[in-house]
Amino acid sequence: MQPILEVRNLVKKYNQLVAVDGISFALRKGVCFGLLGPNGAGKTTTIEVIEDVIPPTTGEILYQGKSRSPSFKEEVGIQFQSTALLNLLTVRETLQTFQSFFTKTITIEELVELCRLGEFLDQYNDKISGGQRQRFLMALALINRPELLFLDEPSTGLDPQARRNLWDLILGIKAEGKTIILTTHYMEEAQYLCDEVAIMDYGKIIAQGSPDELIRQYSRGITVVLPRERYALKANSFPLPVREVKDTIEIKTDDINQCLEQLISHDVDLSDISVRSPNLETVFLNLTGRKLRE
Amino acid sequence: MSFKRLWAILKARNYEFFRDHSAFGWNFLFPFLLVAGFGIIFGGKTYTEYKIGVFPSESKQVSIAELNIPQRFKDMQYLKFIGFPNAAEGLEKLKHHRIDFLLKTGNGPHQYWVSDASPKGYVVEQMFKASLFPAENTLNAEKKEIQGSAIRYIDWLFPGILAMNMMFSALWGVGYVVVRYRKNGVLKRLKVTPLTAFEYLTAQAISRIFLLMFTLVIVWTGCDLIFSFNVQGSYIDLFVIFFLGSLSLTSLGLVLASRGTSEEFTTGILNFISWPMMFLSEVWFSLEGAPGWVKIFAKIFPLTHMLTAARRVMHDGAGLIDVGQEIMILSLMTLGFLTLGASLFSWNK
Repeated sequence: MQPILEVRNLVKKYNQLVAVDGISFALRKGVCFGLLGPNGAGKTTTIEVIEDVIPPTTGEILYQGKSRSPSFKEEVGIQFQSTALLNLLTVRETLQTFQSFFTKTITIEELVELCRLGEFLDQYNDKISGGQRQRFLMALALINRPELLFLDEPSTGLDPQARRNLWDLILGIKAEGKTIILTTHYMEEAQYLCDEVAIMDYGKIIAQGSPDELIRQYSRGITVVLPRERYALKANSFPLPVREVKDTIEIKTDDINQCLEQLISHDVDLSDISVRSPNLETVFLNLTGRKLRE
Repeated sequence: MSFKRLWAILKARNYEFFRDHSAFGWNFLFPFLLVAGFGIIFGGKTYTEYKIGVFPSESKQVSIAELNIPQRFKDMQYLKFIGFPNAAEGLEKLKHHRIDFLLKTGNGPHQYWVSDASPKGYVVEQMFKASLFPAENTLNAEKKEIQGSAIRYIDWLFPGILAMNMMFSALWGVGYVVVRYRKNGVLKRLKVTPLTAFEYLTAQAISRIFLLMFTLVIVWTGCDLIFSFNVQGSYIDLFVIFFLGSLSLTSLGLVLASRGTSEEFTTGILNFISWPMMFLSEVWFSLEGAPGWVKIFAKIFPLTHMLTAARRVMHDGAGLIDVGQEIMILSLMTLGFLTLGASLFSWNK
């Protein structure tokens, strides 16, 4: 099947700074693709080049097998990381204004229903809460019934409840068969929403695949964590590798049953134990030696 | 070009302007206040051009009738007499050009002081000397009346103030607003929609021109009720000239709006253009007698041509054909600015 979007050897330089360093990927129709990486990794630059906001230095971008034509703007929906909007317009008027820009549009009523805009539809667009604003910006991105949706850090700055609501909204859009590219530095967001993830660092894609594949490939093992002050485990007296991290001790294991048996046999009280499964954060840590949000 | 998109952005811009009540109100109030202020200053009898210090006097307020100075000097117009207790205080004010002339009261021979560095002082000195000649001296000159109705100063000034207001409104209302939108990312959001730069800029220009003409009509009508302007030519011709003028000024605003994300820099550029234009386009004073290069330089400004044409229609009863040269220059300037603005325009830098 022909990819809906294909990026080939994309490079973006700002004078001496290489923001995007020769990345390539292809997207099948209907997937949710995540660009995951720390701040400054080049995620936003990458999608802004694809969106045609900024020109690439070199490289090729194909939409449905062809170079982007003027109709590209009619067929994609875009939500920027931060957007100011036309002043002194209500949410409804802003939607109506943007609706007029496109040929094929969704009705305001459908958008209100889909993005739950009803409670603030007639408020000025700068007088709404953070969560409402993200839903409203999502509605703007969906106004032209896009085939391909770009979401740049959609949940940054939202509280956990608002973030969860936004995720549900994105899953709903995905269920309609839309293709989504999202950037995020929240690994749980990528893991929850994305079918495929590319991890970016210093302008390059350092790993790519489904979240499960990446975890299997780059982050084997489960981590058992115990508070250090109450458990004086000696590294040389315990058969598994033990690491002291701040106020805790961490034990890495591929076999959790064996690890727990060993702890019990060493008379360790397991009341305060916590067990950490590998995730994309540990994938990034293993790949770069740094944490995502360092 | 899509009229649907153009209309949508035009409507949005108008909502924005009309809902910003303070900016909207100020747009009407400012020219009205200026005209009213100048009307009071120049229209009333209290206007004084020259300040004469007299001493000795117990208070600053002096009764002209009681002053012991030549009668014919007292009778002259545009003089204001200010009292000083002694010569030293009067001289201090004269030195700093707070007064133009200092006169000791009393019977002759009169004593007066004047600064050689003051043009106004020189004029008052000549007036004072003339007042000392006996009244029966016959002048070797004959006063002739100006034919037709006289042009009051307020009639001369009013089109200038309106045109100046248009200039500021066009340059700032388009230039500054678009740069602000570029800086805060609104233009970037619009760029990724099918809206074209041409549609966006046309909407900005139409919205501003509509506002300028609307303001013109309201302020003109309001001021006319108070000052009863004397318009020799046709109001339609005047409207056409102001319309063309606002078109060229708005297009100049579009050139300034075409690039840049720094509001501070744009403010500097706007001042750099608007201040010389305000002073050299004969808004406040005539350039008659100014060096030739200044007059030629003034012709690069659209405001100069708009004002020349408007004043000729208003004061001399000229028609559009009589001011054809100005109309042609304004049209060419508009075309040039629009082409330049459109070719330089960038959504995001």
